Amino acid sequence: MNGRIFSVVGGMFLLTVCSKGDRSAVQAAPPAPQPAAVSADGGTITGKIKFTGTAPRNPAIDMSEEAACKAKYKTSPTEENVVAGPANALANVFVYVSAGLPANAKYQAPSTPVTLDQNGCRYHPHVLGIMVGQPFEIINSDPVLHNIKAIAKKNRPFNVSQPSAGMKTTRTFSTAEVMVNLECNVHGWMKAFLGVRSDPFYAVSGEDGSFSIKGLPPGTYTIEAWHEKFGTQTVTVTIAGTESKPANFTFAAH
Amino acid sequence: MEAEDGRGQQVRAVWRFGGLAVSVGILLTAQPLNRLTAQDTTAGRVVYVKWCAGCHGDNGAGDGEGAHRMIPPPRDFTGAIYQIRTTASGQLPTDADLMRSIDEGLGGTAMPGWKSRLSDRQRHDVLAYIKTFSTFFADTSLRPKPLTFGKEPGGGTGADALKVGRQFYDSIGCRKCHGDQGRGDGPSAPTLKDDAGHPMFAADLHESWRFNGGGTVGDIYHRLRTGLDGTPMPSFSDLLDQKFLTETELWRVAEYVRSLSPAEAPVVRDVIHAPLVTRALPHSPDDSAWTAVDAYWFPLVGQVIRKSRWFSPAVSGVWVKAVHTADSIALRVVWDDRSQSPDTAWLGHVGRVLAALDPDEGTQEPPALWPDQLAVQFPVAIPTGMERPYFLMGSTSAPVYQWRWVSTARTAAVAGLARGIDRFDSLPSTGVGAQSVYDHGQWRVVFTRALASPDTASQLPFRTGRAIPVAFFAWDGSNGEHGTRMAISTWYFLALDVPVPARVFISPVIAMVLTLGLGMLVVWRAQQKTTFRRKQ
Repeated sequence: MNGRIFSVVGGMFLLTVCSKGDRSAVQAAPPAPQPAAVSADGGTITGKIKFTGTAPRNPAIDMSEEAACKAKYKTSPTEENVVAGPANALANVFVYVSAGLPANAKYQAPSTPVTLDQNGCRYHPHVLGIMVGQPFEIINSDPVLHNIKAIAKKNRPFNVSQPSAGMKTTRTFSTAEVMVNLECNVHGWMKAFLGVRSDPFYAVSGEDGSFSIKGLPPGTYTIEAWHEKFGTQTVTVTIAGTESKPANFTFAAH
Repeated sequence: MEAEDGRGQQVRAVWRFGGLAVSVGILLTAQPLNRLTAQDTTAGRVVYVKWCAGCHGDNGAGDGEGAHRMIPPPRDFTGAIYQIRTTASGQLPTDADLMRSIDEGLGGTAMPGWKSRLSDRQRHDVLAYIKTFSTFFADTSLRPKPLTFGKEPGGGTGADALKVGRQFYDSIGCRKCHGDQGRGDGPSAPTLKDDAGHPMFAADLHESWRFNGGGTVGDIYHRLRTGLDGTPMPSFSDLLDQKFLTETELWRVAEYVRSLSPAEAPVVRDVIHAPLVTRALPHSPDDSAWTAVDAYWFPLVGQVIRKSRWFSPAVSGVWVKAVHTADSIALRVVWDDRSQSPDTAWLGHVGRVLAALDPDEGTQEPPALWPDQLAVQFPVAIPTGMERPYFLMGSTSAPVYQWRWVSTARTAAVAGLARGIDRFDSLPSTGVGAQSVYDHGQWRVVFTRALASPDTASQLPFRTGRAIPVAFFAWDGSNGEHGTRMAISTWYFLALDVPVPARVFISPVIAMVLTLGLGMLVVWRAQQKTTFRRKQ
């Protein structure tokens, strides 16, 4: 009985999902909401992230066991270990303030959730940030079983199952941790990375490699950029007022 | 006086003993309180260093000396991530949960139960000490709360209930890892890893006696609700909250899973009885003639005697049936194996297995596509006394006779002589036949041969009514097993039963009739004599 209801719901979901024209790439979930509680004034750090050398090829994903996911792609899907834009721009880099904020500063977590979508047996987005205490909403847009396992060291881990489309699970994190790894064990290629911060000063680079962190109070900050394959890099930036300062990173593809 | 003195002593002794009992009682009741407040874990450390550190490591990081000899690896206590809990996914275990794992051990792993080896006090002490390895236990906001599980609904063993269980087994995706028939051979099975990247098997649901957290319906239901943290097994509790299925339906899944295993863990019986069949010898593994034949279970263990040793065998045991006709024997060996090796899908798993275990050679062997194998071993001749050849494939002076089957040549068996673990010489024209079936995580192989031997010097002639030593060896190629890396058994026996001849039943009757007749004759004669004397 329940199963039937869910399959109807799942079917409707699929219909809506599949009727959205071009399916060469599954559309990403709505972009993560901008962190709240950032004052309009304050400094901004913007930058471009690039890499030198040749990006490693992302392995193709064999989705033959999951026809429902495979049907969502026109061309064979690949993993997203290194997502590069034009002119060696590097996407999916998590950039955050690793040092320099006042130790006693408290930032209110927004109540709007950060959403991770499982669609086409891949995670959308692939790299994301969230604040301590902010709701983390995991949704399943695939009519197949996914389990979502969070592998954490400073936070408690979890591993929950979503066997059907339309399912939603909400969790929160209690401590800052870069990064919490998310994976699906049913589909060994599904991986996502979640930066948990106790402040709102973080961003994820887009396809053009750019990012910006707004509303920083005056101070000298260590800015760290994290990439799943290329490791981490840091720069130091001093913000004096409402100015905008650059912080560019160049990773080496090895 | 003396008597009174004695009584006085008795009274004093009673008082003394009573006082002692009371103080011991106070001590006992006060003890847990002391531990909670003072966190005195010195006593626990002593127990830990002596009994636990060898595997779990001095600092509780799961990196003791034995750690690289086992899959799954010993628990790393520093992360406070525990598989067997009554709490929600990601929560800390309760003290009772931890005590259960200490007391009972973890089925199917190297962790033994300590209830009979350590005292109550020692086990409580070591529990408190283990918790000090992680700061999570000190965080009062994380106090573990057991889930409410309810009671198992009735009617769970009927066919209809099991059908419901099977339906939800499919719909919640159990088969993805555990496979269509539950033998841990699902499409995702070759890719499974724990949090640290160690290789993991999906449980073979036909071996409930090897389940990590116990094999009862209740145990299985608890695992479905809590998940096994640190492993790929998720919690299914959210599905109840979201009304995807009801508690009763999830209980049905647990009941269905339980129904896949025998009601009781198999008990080893030393002698395989091969009855005489009058019809044709069953050559095929799925011949209906096999259903009427008794199955015997023999556990296998890793070969850890000769280098290269193997501490993590995948085949846990074999189920054996045997029959014979007037001139031939058929031996059917069945075992669960998640992979039909060689299979490229499992190559990554082989690499993870080899990386997780310390090799005897010092250098790590690269993963390869090894086949599955099985060997059945007999002595060259039926021994007359108690002495048998060395169980581990004989020796140069006393070889053993073996039938060897390899998954790459599925309908053939090689017979030959083993003269030690690393020397096998195949024999020409052996007359040993083999047929095999791979079916959803299970191999079924039938060996056949004539009872008489073409070469009695090296190929055992089978005789009825004799105890013929037999042993088994299995290799799972997709678990990195080949050569001396295998699962082994000790010697057991095979007996070709002969039908009991009719005279066995008739002769006692004749004997009884004769005895009775003779007895009556004696009594009659005695009575005759008495009558004669009276007359005189």
